Amino acid sequence: MARYEVFVTYKKGIFDPPGATAERALANLGYTEVEGVSIGKYIRLDVADGTSEERVAEMCGKLLANPVIEDFRIVAKEA
Amino acid sequence: MRFGVVIFPGSNCEQDVVHAVRYLGYEAGYVWHGDTDLSGFDAVVLPGGFSYGDYIRCGAVARFSPVMAEVVRYAEAGRPVIGICNGFQILAEAHLLPGALLRNVGLKFICEPVRLRVEKSVCEWVDLPAGEVVTIPINHNEGNFICDAETLERLKANGQVVLRYCEPDGKVRPESAPNGALDSIAGICNERGNVFGLMPHPERVVDPLSGGVDGQAFFRAVAKRVAEVAG
Repeated sequence: MARYEVFVTYKKGIFDPPGATAERALANLGYTEVEGVSIGKYIRLDVADGTSEERVAEMCGKLLANPVIEDFRIVAKEA
Repeated sequence: MRFGVVIFPGSNCEQDVVHAVRYLGYEAGYVWHGDTDLSGFDAVVLPGGFSYGDYIRCGAVARFSPVMAEVVRYAEAGRPVIGICNGFQILAEAHLLPGALLRNVGLKFICEPVRLRVEKSVCEWVDLPAGEVVTIPINHNEGNFICDAETLERLKANGQVVLRYCEPDGKVRPESAPNGALDSIAGICNERGNVFGLMPHPERVVDPLSGGVDGQAFFRAVAKRVAEVAG
C-alpha cells in the first residue's frame, strides 16, 4: 500500500471566508502578529502500490478539488 | 409542458418544484439520479437540497451521477435546464455554467427573502423586463458566487448575468448580496441562454399560499419558449 496526502486550499485571490473569520478571531484574542490565515482540506489517500502521483493529481483535478477555485498539493508518504 | 425534476440523494426541494409547476398548470415528473432517460421532458430542473451531504464540495459528487451525463447532453442540445440553489452548484461543478459557489461571507446559513434585479440577459427562463425587481427567498450556506475577472467580463458582455441582489429601489450595491457574491450575482446562464443557475428559490413563490408569486414568471417564460419552439 502507498499513501498520499493531499492539501486543498483556495487559489490566490479567491476569498476564503473561514480563513478570514479565523484571522479576525485570532486578532480579537490578541494575536495581532497574525498576518494571514488560510483554511483548507486535508485528504489522506491509501492506494495500491505503484499508484503514480499523476494518477492522484487526476483524482484531484476531477473530484477532490475544484480547479476553478482551488489548488492542491500532493505529498507522497511512507505508509 | 412537462418538467422533469431530478432527485439526488439529499435533494429536498423536488416536491416544492413539482407543486409549483403543477400549480401553474404544467405537468411534472421525477427523475431518479440513477436514471438516464430524459425523453418526454420539455425542461429539466435540478432542485435544491444537500446532494450527497454536500461532501467534498456542494454538487461535487452529484455531478458524477449517471443522470448528469444525460443532463449535459440535454443542455448541449439546447434544451432548457434550470439549477436552483444546490442545482446551481451542481451545474457549476459540471461546468455547464462557469464559476463556483463559495461559503457565504460571514459563514452564516442565510434563509430570507431577497430582492433581485432582473438584468438584460439571453436567458430563456426569463421574459421579465430588465430592471424589474422581484422578491424570492434564498436558503443556503454556499451561495457566494465567484469567477475570475476574464469570465466575469465575458458573462457581462454576453448577457449571461441574469439576476443580481439589489436594494428595494433596484439599485445594486456591493452590500446588496447577503452572501458576498461577486458583483452581487444571484443567477447566471450559459452563452446560449438555455441553462440557468440561481441561488434563490423561485418555486417557493409560485403558490400565493407560500407568500408570494414572483417565481411564477420563470416557469411560465420557459413554457412559453418551449411552446414557441414546438410551433
